[in-house]
Amino acid sequence: MVDVTMKVNGKTVTKSVKGNMLMTEFLREELRLTGTHVGCDTSQCGACVIHVNGNAVKACTMFAGECAGAEVTTIEGMANKDGSLNVIQQAFQDHHGLQCGFCTPGMVMSASALLKENPKPSEAEIRHYLEGNICRCTGYHNIVKAILAASGQDVSAIAAE
Amino acid sequence: MPKDHGIGASQKRREDVRFLTGAGQYTDDINVHGQAYVCFLRSDVAHGRINKVDTAEAEAMPGVVRIFTGADFEGVGGLPCGWQVTDRFGQPMKEPAHPVLARGKVRHVGDPIAAVVADSLEEARNAAEAIVLDIEELPAAVNMKAALEAGAPRVHDDLSDNLCYDWGFVEDNRDAVDAAIKAAAHVTTLELVNQRLVANPMEPRVAVGDFNRATGDSTLYTTSQNPHVIRLLMGAFVLGIPEHKLRVVAPDVGGGFGSKIFHYAEEAFCTFAAKAINRPVKWTSSRAEAFLSDAQGRDHVTKIELALDKDNNFTAIRTSTLANMGAYLSTFASSVPTWLHGTLMAGNYKTPLIYVNVKAVFTNTVPVDAYRGAGRPEATFQLERVIDKAARELGVDPIALRRQNFITQFPYATPVAVEYDTGNYVATMDRLEEIADLSGFAARRKASEAKGMLRGLGVNCYIEACGIAPSNLVGQLGARAGLYDAATVRVNATGSISVMVGAHSHGQGHETVFPQVIAEMLGIDESMVEIVHGDSSKIPFGMGTYGSRSLAVCGSAMVRATEKIINKSKKIAAHMMEAAEADIELKDGKFSVAGTDKSVAWGDVTLAAYVPHNYPLEDIEPGLEETAFYDPSNFTYPSGAYACEVEVDPGTGKVTIEKFAAVDDFGNVVNPMIVEGQVHGGIGQGIGQALLENCVYDENGQLLSASFMDYAMPRASDVPFYQVDHSCATPCTHNPLGVKGCGEAGAIGSPPSVVNAVIDALQSGGHNVTHIDMPVSPHRVWQAMNG
Ligand code: FES
Ligand code: FES
Repeated sequence: MVDVTMKVNGKTVTKSVKGNMLMTEFLREELRLTGTHVGCDTSQCGACVIHVNGNAVKACTMFAGECAGAEVTTIEGMANKDGSLNVIQQAFQDHHGLQCGFCTPGMVMSASALLKENPKPSEAEIRHYLEGNICRCTGYHNIVKAILAASGQDVSAIAAE
Repeated sequence: MPKDHGIGASQKRREDVRFLTGAGQYTDDINVHGQAYVCFLRSDVAHGRINKVDTAEAEAMPGVVRIFTGADFEGVGGLPCGWQVTDRFGQPMKEPAHPVLARGKVRHVGDPIAAVVADSLEEARNAAEAIVLDIEELPAAVNMKAALEAGAPRVHDDLSDNLCYDWGFVEDNRDAVDAAIKAAAHVTTLELVNQRLVANPMEPRVAVGDFNRATGDSTLYTTSQNPHVIRLLMGAFVLGIPEHKLRVVAPDVGGGFGSKIFHYAEEAFCTFAAKAINRPVKWTSSRAEAFLSDAQGRDHVTKIELALDKDNNFTAIRTSTLANMGAYLSTFASSVPTWLHGTLMAGNYKTPLIYVNVKAVFTNTVPVDAYRGAGRPEATFQLERVIDKAARELGVDPIALRRQNFITQFPYATPVAVEYDTGNYVATMDRLEEIADLSGFAARRKASEAKGMLRGLGVNCYIEACGIAPSNLVGQLGARAGLYDAATVRVNATGSISVMVGAHSHGQGHETVFPQVIAEMLGIDESMVEIVHGDSSKIPFGMGTYGSRSLAVCGSAMVRATEKIINKSKKIAAHMMEAAEADIELKDGKFSVAGTDKSVAWGDVTLAAYVPHNYPLEDIEPGLEETAFYDPSNFTYPSGAYACEVEVDPGTGKVTIEKFAAVDDFGNVVNPMIVEGQVHGGIGQGIGQALLENCVYDENGQLLSASFMDYAMPRASDVPFYQVDHSCATPCTHNPLGVKGCGEAGAIGSPPSVVNAVIDALQSGGHNVTHIDMPVSPHRVWQAMNG
């Protein structure tokens, strides 16, 4: 067992965990932050994306110990201070960018990392960036639309009213 | 102005807030105090005789609570099949036993042999590895054709062969269809494969079993589309637990697409084991396990013949299909290639004679069952591909050929036993030509060709039968269940409403849509209405969500229950205002007496129902709660026309979807935003089937595509924006909302247009290619071009 300390969503936490504990398990089971999901075992689906020191990473491919000392943000830490949805979350709701919601936390975390890197991405750039996030429900239409809208771009001309 | 309230409003989804903030409650988010974890030891051979399962060493490993094998399930029922198909000769289908844990033989890679329950998942896994198996590998039946040959390895020793049934439909038409094909001016024949798919909802399956020693009650938390169906199947057929001692909860569920309809071994195991060890038991599927244990979809090999007279009118259709059942009959497996497929073979066309033959085959592969569309995509694909091929052979325009043969009079009784109530296929096609700008295609083709690309246009129509279905009819067809649904509308004293519905939402947005209907009926705000679903202890009963049935069937039950509420509240209001009941009108949440200015508010009436001081107690009971069960009198028949434009790179064979347009007739629409989202998702899966996805076994029955690295799920960059339109609405005539269902349309309607477009592109480049099987991968396209 090792003691691991990190800052998660602005709060410092210390837990004594096994050296081989994955970050997904650390978040879900130790901290009971169950918004980070596990959709695969080959690092393909992106349901587990979190931010570690501001970078989007797949929590299923990191050991908790690797995040020691880091600033971690999960989907639970994304809303505005007053609890309202942030711009990206709100755009996902406004444009119906989610159905079952299982891929959604990872999508929001990836989208937020993208917009930090590239504040006005094109449709093609968004689609390319989401290479590592699989959604089985939406056919991606409204996810891409929501991200365009969240970046302040006009989506009124996009097909389907 | 678009509506912002009631039926027809694109209201934002209320469930989104929890999903967007990580507050959703999926089954894996549930931990029950003191739970143990289970790891299943699964077969790594497709077919083998189990000589010995030695658990001695594993039992002694740290943390192990108990190890279960097939022997522990002696005396426990097998997993049942919910649909009895009768074959061409009047005989029942073969129905082999499907044990919870394998007994005697393993029959597919992934078949569970033993289950280790331990204090932690890691300990359970370690102990599972220490189990010593003596399994004698047997030759496997994998290919369907080979599996039917004499001397093929038999999946089930107690059956004479691997044929589950040989089904003919309509059997009485067989000779007439043969004669019509012989007499035809032209016959187009197409042999094709509708490949096996894996549903792959993003949330893997999870089951948590719990047993309460004090009450003797069992609870199962599970990733299900239909918790009541699981309670019935597992309670009555597998474990022998009566309904009142068994609660099944399906909380937030991360997508299903059919794969979470069925009753699975892991659910029965966790419920059984929790009682046996007197401790909660949790199982969470890995993705790898999902590939080996979730029922898979499609897997038909078909020959279709379309006969036409000299004027190009369709005169007959004859099909013969091999349908893979996998190693066992999953819950509704037998119904998919038969009643959900054969009854749709008329499509949108007046073909007077149709005969469908289906041979269902057992193989040493994962069981196959319903996947989004279930039988209807298979029917649509063959029909819409063969029509395209016929148009090419005859040198006529494929759209004109379709138009010429459209059904135009409704109701229309098909030769395959169903009666379409409404539709307008001409208007739908007109609208498609408009929104997809088909008249501009030639110019777009030129532009593509100028870049060195081949461009193709593919069009198809579809019809589906949804809202499954009248119970007395499906009973005659072999269903072992009724297919009604139920809703309870509970009006609380202060006027807020809880609606307990038998439908289950796993992405469809029922929590938003259902209140819109009630708000419209009562004239109150949606925020006063809450939907309760997914818990057998809270809901009267429910058949769940699949087959695009939630609003058409369960929504109708909710409407009926709300009508009863309105009737009773009018009685109360009449009493309060000392008026005749017939004079009471309900509008905008207010009851008024016609022709007067007297009125009472919704909340006054609901309060009176629970505080009945001034109340007609001699006529009616206090309280305001009503339940209705709704059994539809017919299926609903959504239909549509889709168009796809592709570019094919002649250098690599890569297909890119440039444009995709879908025009659907769903009848009335309650929330257009959600309906469009359903179509987008279906199209995404349809494009996945057409271009990318393929579930492949090698000749030994090893699954080669068992991860997201090998099974190509569509990603954001594989698909375009879609144009969708549902303005050609012909409301359903037999349910109170006039709705038809929209969940599967996209997946049914899209694969043929994609493949038709690829063939069109290749033909335009001078390649005489008439068919490519899905997935139309660069490799296959390149081979077809250079073959
Ligand atoms: S769970 Fe991390 S990528 Fe799938
Ligand atoms: S919303 Fe269900 S997987 Fe994306």
